[in-house]
Amino acid sequence: MKFTLSWLKDHLETDATLDVIVERLTMLGLEVEGVEDRAKELAAFRIAHVVSAEKHPNADKLRVCMVDVGDGKDPVQVVCGAPNARTGLRGVFAPPGTHVPGTGVDLKVGTIRGVESRGMLCSERELKLSDEHNGIIELPDHAPVGASYADWLGLNDPVIDISLTPDRADCAGVRGIARDLAAAGLGTLKPLAADPVPGGFPSPIGVTIEAPDACRMFVGRTIRGVRNGPSPRWLQDRLLAIGLRPISALVDITNLLTFDNARPLHVFDADKVRGGIVARFAREGETLKALNGKDYTLDPAVLVIADHERAESIAGIVGGEATGCTEGTVNVFLEAALLDPTLIARTGRRLGIESDARYRNERGIDPAAVIEGAERATRLILDLCGGEASELVVAGAEPDWRRSLTLRLDRCATLGGVPVPAEEQERILTALGCTLAPQEHGTLSVVPPSWRADIHGEADLVEEVLRVKGFDAIPATPLPRLTAMTKPALTLKQRRTGTAKRLLAARGMSEAVTWSFLAPGVAEAFGGGGEALRLVNPISADLTVMRPSVLPNLIQAAGRNADRGYPDVALFEVGPAFRDPSPTGQDQVAAGVRAGRAVPRHWAEKTRAVDVYDAKADALGLLEALGAPTANLQVSTDAPAWYHPGRSGCLRLGPTVMGRFGEIHPAILETLKVEGPMVAFELFVDAVPLPKKKGGTARPLLQLSPFQPIERDFAFLVDAGIEVDRLVRAAKGADKVLVKDIRVFDVYTGDRVEAGRKSVAISVTIQPTDRTLTEDDIDSLGQRLIAAVAKATGATLRS
Amino acid sequence: MLDALKTELLTQVTAAADLEALEELRVAALGKKGRITGLMKELGGLSPDERRERGAALNRLKDEIAAALDGRKAELAKAHLARRLEAERLDVTLPVRPETEGRIHPISQTIDELTAIFAEMGFTVAEGPDIEDDFHNFTALNFPPGHPARDMHDTFYLPDAGEKKMLLRTHTSPVQVRTMLSAKPPIRIIAPGRTYRSDYDMTHTPMFHQVEGLVIDEATNMGHLKGCLVEFCRAFFDVDDLPLRFRPSFFPFTEPSAEVDIGCSRKGGELKLGNYGDWLEILGCGMVHPNVLEACGVDSTRYQGFAFGMGIERIAMLKYGIPDLRTFFEADLRWLKHYGFVPLDVPSLARGLVG
Repeated sequence: MKFTLSWLKDHLETDATLDVIVERLTMLGLEVEGVEDRAKELAAFRIAHVVSAEKHPNADKLRVCMVDVGDGKDPVQVVCGAPNARTGLRGVFAPPGTHVPGTGVDLKVGTIRGVESRGMLCSERELKLSDEHNGIIELPDHAPVGASYADWLGLNDPVIDISLTPDRADCAGVRGIARDLAAAGLGTLKPLAADPVPGGFPSPIGVTIEAPDACRMFVGRTIRGVRNGPSPRWLQDRLLAIGLRPISALVDITNLLTFDNARPLHVFDADKVRGGIVARFAREGETLKALNGKDYTLDPAVLVIADHERAESIAGIVGGEATGCTEGTVNVFLEAALLDPTLIARTGRRLGIESDARYRNERGIDPAAVIEGAERATRLILDLCGGEASELVVAGAEPDWRRSLTLRLDRCATLGGVPVPAEEQERILTALGCTLAPQEHGTLSVVPPSWRADIHGEADLVEEVLRVKGFDAIPATPLPRLTAMTKPALTLKQRRTGTAKRLLAARGMSEAVTWSFLAPGVAEAFGGGGEALRLVNPISADLTVMRPSVLPNLIQAAGRNADRGYPDVALFEVGPAFRDPSPTGQDQVAAGVRAGRAVPRHWAEKTRAVDVYDAKADALGLLEALGAPTANLQVSTDAPAWYHPGRSGCLRLGPTVMGRFGEIHPAILETLKVEGPMVAFELFVDAVPLPKKKGGTARPLLQLSPFQPIERDFAFLVDAGIEVDRLVRAAKGADKVLVKDIRVFDVYTGDRVEAGRKSVAISVTIQPTDRTLTEDDIDSLGQRLIAAVAKATGATLRS
Repeated sequence: MLDALKTELLTQVTAAADLEALEELRVAALGKKGRITGLMKELGGLSPDERRERGAALNRLKDEIAAALDGRKAELAKAHLARRLEAERLDVTLPVRPETEGRIHPISQTIDELTAIFAEMGFTVAEGPDIEDDFHNFTALNFPPGHPARDMHDTFYLPDAGEKKMLLRTHTSPVQVRTMLSAKPPIRIIAPGRTYRSDYDMTHTPMFHQVEGLVIDEATNMGHLKGCLVEFCRAFFDVDDLPLRFRPSFFPFTEPSAEVDIGCSRKGGELKLGNYGDWLEILGCGMVHPNVLEACGVDSTRYQGFAFGMGIERIAMLKYGIPDLRTFFEADLRWLKHYGFVPLDVPSLARGLVG
């Protein structure tokens, strides 16, 4: 919402400076986005007189001008290239040091082809006044030399731009803004001249409302015998200042009132209206060529203002071309309507039309000022265009907008945090237009004004009082402590998410945060892409489907890093993956990828690429840190299709899959256009069981054996297809008490074992519990272990 | 005669070149068949007096030789160790074996920081789903259907689920609704999380993070809201005298509503936070609207409180001088290394919040 300072002062009697007004507006909740003060910006540009202009000695197209800048001193020498630079011209001069807004350059004393130039004669473009740059500005002979050009032009009226919140319908007009400032003590609100125009004849055009819920009230009037043409300078300037294009007096008047008191109006060329005016819903397929030059096909959800033949405007949003006023308009029909804001908002959004009328109609028009708006417009039309006004045509009626609210006078203190004396509350609410009646002790009965449909309850009234008083008056009170000691803010589940992140970072991976949505093709490759998770209105094709897995984003990120010259990547993300749109269809997943080399080239280390065991280590390390019972974990080889089928696994606790790991399937890498190998893991954080609470924080008593552990090595020959885990489990199962730990220290296939077999060497830690073991005991355990392994896997001891 | 032997043996001990030679000498002198041992054996044939005298002399000789042997042995051992150490010399300027250290993303770090601060004020962390329905995201928050305020949110929609209009939450405020529907006052929660709006340019990304705050009880007023946010901003930005400015604003779910600016300076194109006279908007807040309380089954005649919401990337950018929002989501290792945090840098008020 833009307006000029002088416009504001039409409504507000004030001595306040621009800076004070701007500061107060912001603190009233009318946030000032910007102030454009052209006079200040163009202060250095002065009206000057070219005393002489002669051809430059060294250039055909340049002229050396002697310029009287009106400072009583000798003329200044300026080299000018404009074709219209000539003796006697009055133009606009900028001295050295001036910032030229149109070029962004600060002027300096220069020498052009050997001739000194001490300033510049300017074009309109250089002053950012227009795009005109064919020559320098030419002013009439009466333009006063030495005066500020901006002042002379009438640009000394600062333009204030406020960002209006959607609740403040009233401040979509200058008058509403003035009223707020007056309430805040920055002056007095001038009365609005109530000057109804008596009708001289019945309006030949009548009005019917066929959609009474959508169009509550319609006030019309015919004015005959008008002369439409360019509006007067003051009106054009006012519209130009706020960025509107003057069109003709009739249209400019409606635009003026739209901004003056948030009262959009429409003028029809009465001679083009067939029959009467009807407010009705459009017919299916009805078309309208609007004043914005576009064609619209309408449907019965759109409210139109029609004549007896066809729709003539989209109600409250944009007028139609067919009945628009032109220079030739002689008879005009004026419209001031009261429309359903929700309907206007919906229609405007659906048709994609932004207009000053829609902006105000969807916020809500003052229901008590429909006739007043029509009268003010009539007065202006008669003043500027002449003519004779008919009687008003009123269809529908002013709705009952009065509602009585109760304000407890202590609510400013108990809700707002600052006590406000009763008289001050009354003064503020009255200044805002409320009607007050004291009720029982300590309360006020408040009827908000017709233009404040946003005030519904006591909290709104408290806001009004505090807003005008100033939020600065509210003291900052510390929140009282609930407990003397700070309690944990996180649940165990939430804490584990944090633990997961820091554990993975400690393992050398960097945390990424990536989009929750991705391309449909990618989603499908990772088991997702269903309709229910596909955005109806995606912002781009790559960000369309809620991700079924965190991995694709990480894989692509690894690829991007490789493309930038960083191929050794370790990235993780802890975030959502989506199964379905329900509140329980979202899993918290910790996922990571490693790509490139696990060990880079180094003088002391053997370089190697990442492999599946790196990913498995990440997953297991994470599970351990999250408190999963890792001793009971099983690895199954049924990881989903995006993993390499022979180099991947699932980590299970009984039937529950807690996570999976493996090399990424080469076909997936190809789909995502990244180089492999790449390994990854995914872990469902919430699938990891929470530790069972057994009362208290004490751990089970530590039982240390007084007997030394013993290590024995065994090497087995086994079919190459047998998983080592089976062998290890069998060995462990040979004596659950004595066998404490098993390490696999060698796995060999090759020349020294027969084809199809492998050698697996394990180191078994035996922990005696109640006595030192004899050699016989150990031998016997060894025999049992060998037998158990043989039974489970068909392995034989390697001799 | 013993003197000659002593001189001879001592000369040999001194001359012994290594531990082996020294050991041979020891055996030759003091071993079972050694020369001094041999002389000892001969003592039996002497008279008691002679035996006593010669025995004492031999013992002295034996002790002296043994001491000399030990001394020489220590010398040789020392020399030996010195040679070994010299031989074991390594170039310690060589680089160590490669270790990689990961980084925590600034968003996670910022969430941990603000959690630490709000925990101190008695808040707990609440969560809700990213995919919401129209009721939780709008209707319960007093956005009437068709209200222009809904337009301001650039909502991403999903296909309707039966009667429910499904969408990606445009703010973390639906967690307020879920919390009030499931818990009884007094309530003090913060809800950090992902939020989504259909907007993508220099300063907007279609996904970003917010933190919501909600306090509901019988007495909390706007002064407490101010106090809470002043404490938070000063602690978070580590500026003790950081000024805050509360400006009236509008949100459907709060009344009165305010936007909050913090003090800053933009001199020379550089942003600095503090009491410098200029202002920077950082968050929106207000007293929870009675309609919201009622929609969530909370008696608005008895309970009241405040809510606030702020952008996590925004406050992270301000605090850590990160210039471009879009880079947060690019997973560029160089960026993560530079703007990320080491994993052991766990924020707490006890150790301080600045990395």
